[in-house]
Amino acid sequence: MQALTNRAKAVDRRPMTLAEKMYIPAIAKGMGITFKHLFQKKATVSFPEKKRDFSPVFRGLHVLNRDEEGRERCTACGLCAVACPAEAITMEAAERKEGEEHLYREEKYAAKYEINMLRCIFCGFCEEACPKDAVYMSETFAPANYQRKGFIYGKDDLLIPHPKEGK
Amino acid sequence: MTLLSIDWFFIIEKVLLISGVLVLSLVVAMYSTWGERKVAAWIQDRLGPNRAGFMGLLQPLADGGKLFFKEEIIPTNSNRFLFILGPSIAMLVACMTSAVIPWGDSLVIAGRTVSLQIADVNIGILFIFGVVSMGVYGIMIGGWASNNKYSLLASVRAASQIISYELPMGLALIALLMLTGSLSLKDIVEQQRHGLWNVVYQPLGFFIFLVCAFAECNRAPFDLPEAENELNGGYHLEYSSMKLGFFLFAEYINMFISSALISTMYFGGYAFPYMDKLGLDPNMVTILGFLALFVKTLLFIFFFMWVRWTVPRFRYDQLMRLGWKVMIPLALVNMLITGALVLARQH
Repeated sequence: MQALTNRAKAVDRRPMTLAEKMYIPAIAKGMGITFKHLFQKKATVSFPEKKRDFSPVFRGLHVLNRDEEGRERCTACGLCAVACPAEAITMEAAERKEGEEHLYREEKYAAKYEINMLRCIFCGFCEEACPKDAVYMSETFAPANYQRKGFIYGKDDLLIPHPKEGK
Repeated sequence: MTLLSIDWFFIIEKVLLISGVLVLSLVVAMYSTWGERKVAAWIQDRLGPNRAGFMGLLQPLADGGKLFFKEEIIPTNSNRFLFILGPSIAMLVACMTSAVIPWGDSLVIAGRTVSLQIADVNIGILFIFGVVSMGVYGIMIGGWASNNKYSLLASVRAASQIISYELPMGLALIALLMLTGSLSLKDIVEQQRHGLWNVVYQPLGFFIFLVCAFAECNRAPFDLPEAENELNGGYHLEYSSMKLGFFLFAEYINMFISSALISTMYFGGYAFPYMDKLGLDPNMVTILGFLALFVKTLLFIFFFMWVRWTVPRFRYDQLMRLGWKVMIPLALVNMLITGALVLARQH
């Protein structure tokens, strides 16, 4: 049979020699290896003090984007919810009223926009599906919570701060 | 100060010494748990406990406090008296062995010679053997009184393991005794102080003793009675709270004592090279000697841990085969060779 990789090694089925049967040389060798590891660099990252960098393509918690004037970009078209394989996104659309032009960019907006972070698989399909560049995935991950309802993120959790008002 | 012809100084001295040795073995056992976790972590390229205090040094205190405050469960169908007796015996026996180990030469305090050995009995090694084999009772009674077939099976396994490995251990010691001609540990150390360490004369005996010490302490690679990572506890399956703590703690005390014993019998005990040529105050030499023994003991404790995190566990039949078919014949051969050499030197 042809080997799949060139790393394959044939199993040595010869009977053990006396030195191998004595087991001591093998133990000594193993102890040498473990002793070397005592002084090797540790793999642990002391988490709260030190944080590992995320990769540039890391997909963390979602954010809802605003445009340059601080208006919400989302028009509640529902494409993200359709694209979502985990069915984590729900929304309710509403019509923009007179005098709300500074809040919402287009005539329709999401009155309610919820993402269930327990269902979400962070695949990033919502980000790809959004035609208005409203949903983005940030570089943070969901903090722990005591209850399930704490993982359902509403608009106030998702919207990025207003560029001028700071809220 | 002699009242009712009782030497009160003697009693005070011994009480202080006993408390000192007890505290020492408890503290060392406590910090062995910390050391074990640190060594394990370092060998596995981790950091180990480092949150409780500097370098995690308060970790043993936290663990102990946790064990004390955990819920105490005594199974309904267990024998209550024996259930409590089991860990008590294990702990008591573990603490008793240290009585005959010479922790140092003698100090001269206010004209009084104080020996740093609690009891220099002339049957020191026999005493240790007697006490160590009593340790099996703690395990046996604990497992049996739990009224749980798994605990019972594990304790039977533990008992047969300890008894099997006591034989080659004793045989290895007989070879040593042929050489020293004394059962008193103090004499054995004094002989090594003025000559070479016994490990030079008895390398095979030392090796057999070391391997058997691993088995006696239920340490890896012979930790089948517990097998922490796959059996749920072994003979102390039904134990909780500090009773479980006592079983685990006794294991660490045993490890400390057997390290001290190996250092005493094969590595010169409190003797260290050139100790009589330094020209220091005898009290100073005694203290240095104690430190030397302590360092040797700690090195052996480290060795115990190092082996534990290197060598995988034996299968039970392999364990028994090693004990009966390898260790005992080896110890017998060692005894024969030693005896022949001792005879040859006499003639």
